[in-house]
Amino acid sequence: MQNYFEFLADRYPDIWHATQEHLLISGISVALGCLVAIPVGIYISGNCPKWVRSILFSVANIFQTIPSLALLALLIPLLGIGLRPAVFALFLYSLLPILRNTYTGFQSIDIALLEAARGMGYSKWQQLWRIRLPLALPFIMSGIRVTTVYIISWATLATLIGAGGLGELIFSGLGVNRQELVLTGAIMAILLALLADFLLGAIERAFSKSTHRKAA
Amino acid sequence: MIKLENVDKKYDNGQYALKNINLHFKEGNLNVLIGPSGCGKTTTMKLINRLIQPSSGKIFIDGKDISTINPVTLRRSIGYVIQNIGLFPHMNIAANVAVVPRLLKWDKGRYEQRVDELLNLVGLDPDSYRNRYPSELSGGQQQRIGVIRALAAEPDIILMDEPFSALDPISREQLQDELVRLQQSLKKTIVFVTHDMDEAIKIADHIVLMKDGAVVQQGKPETILRHPANDFVKSFVGEKRLADSEAPTVPLVDDVMASRPVTAYPTRGLAEALKMMENNRVDSLLVVDKSKKLIGAVTIFDVLKHYRDETKTLLDVVKPFSLTVPSGAPLTEALHLMTEHQTPYVAITSSEQDFIGMVTRGSVVKHLAEVFPMEGE
Repeated sequence: MQNYFEFLADRYPDIWHATQEHLLISGISVALGCLVAIPVGIYISGNCPKWVRSILFSVANIFQTIPSLALLALLIPLLGIGLRPAVFALFLYSLLPILRNTYTGFQSIDIALLEAARGMGYSKWQQLWRIRLPLALPFIMSGIRVTTVYIISWATLATLIGAGGLGELIFSGLGVNRQELVLTGAIMAILLALLADFLLGAIERAFSKSTHRKAA
Repeated sequence: MIKLENVDKKYDNGQYALKNINLHFKEGNLNVLIGPSGCGKTTTMKLINRLIQPSSGKIFIDGKDISTINPVTLRRSIGYVIQNIGLFPHMNIAANVAVVPRLLKWDKGRYEQRVDELLNLVGLDPDSYRNRYPSELSGGQQQRIGVIRALAAEPDIILMDEPFSALDPISREQLQDELVRLQQSLKKTIVFVTHDMDEAIKIADHIVLMKDGAVVQQGKPETILRHPANDFVKSFVGEKRLADSEAPTVPLVDDVMASRPVTAYPTRGLAEALKMMENNRVDSLLVVDKSKKLIGAVTIFDVLKHYRDETKTLLDVVKPFSLTVPSGAPLTEALHLMTEHQTPYVAITSSEQDFIGMVTRGSVVKHLAEVFPMEGE
């Protein structure tokens, strides 16, 4: 144990750097996922043709099912190595849960409310911003939360294509057979995931509290 | 004033939801659209705020063709209450009520004052309700908010789509009463959709009865109850309600008239007359000749006064009797005469002045007993 703390004190800058990198990779991936999946989710919950919806869901599903190592390997010829392919891969993984939750959130809105909003003279955009989005927000938030947690854990693989992050600690630990490196990388990834889950959970609760949904 | 002219609504499959609708909703009237489900009543209402576009025909509000008005602008000028209450769960009560004023960009002070005013109007204390959320209110309270939300921006027209149908019977009655009370002072032009005839009769100034996308009959509730246009209206209104509506109407004297009144020919002797009175337990007789002309009346006092003179007949002692009511007159006329002249009966005469019967205190009592039978009979 004594040794482990010495190790921590010794390697503190490296660990901190890896953690920051890890957060950056995960954060950018989830943010991009939100930017794409939420608008698409809103679009397919509207008057879009049924076949468009099924195609979009199938595509997101397929991304989800490609084994992560394989996906990273496949991206090398396309995007090279480094941060970009890693973020792109994780972004693809984040799409489905956010898309599905956004869609579900918008579908769950009582038709009567939309009718009321329309009948009282909300314009299309006002309906979206003031009624539909706030009502679907708890669903969207829980989608983002789930996605963030597992993207943080999968981001450990990003090091395989040279993107760095906590995975670097784990893989170099494996390479030189140093348990404390592996352990530190893993623990930090777990802590990050728990912290993100806690923070997003708090935000989610704040939203659902203000919406006072009767059924939920 | 709202006017629908030759409005058709055709579905994509070629079926008609509405066929040639012509309606005129007068200003300040509470108009009820009623009919079985699928009759087009809600569709008709939604034409007015352009939630539904007609396939052909025109709709005018105060003489202006609404197809020339921007739908969003139009809807903000028309109050709208929906069936499932439709309060926004993520907004508190004040925000829900102030929806349209805020869409119209009223000042904060102005709409806040308006919210308090409206909450007071339906008996909800602003200080304790303003900041609550819809889920914290009972169904009846929620729909009160739904109604005042429609009133918030002071529209002249309010559309109400089965607003009370989801409520329990007691809240429903209360809200109907409140609506009637509010309408007395507000005098809005209301178009109210319902499938409940009791509700329609209770609140409506004007009822439009629809079936299969067409108007079957329209008029005052009273008119529809008394003169249903056809069998559909009769069955929709309900036989019982029709019977109820007839019961309180004033019967004709002919309905109440004693069928075999005690009358005597003028040629009868006085002893005979006395005997008739005794047998029928009456103290007076109407004297009617063989051609059924009413000659007059004799009382027992007239008879006794001349009783000793055996030569006298009724013709000699009869006194003119002017308390006659023509056949076909309402009973009230007869009752009025009887009260005014303190007389126990009046004579009923035909249009040729022939005597046809009498309304007596006894026959009135008998009629009342028939119309209002004892419970359980």
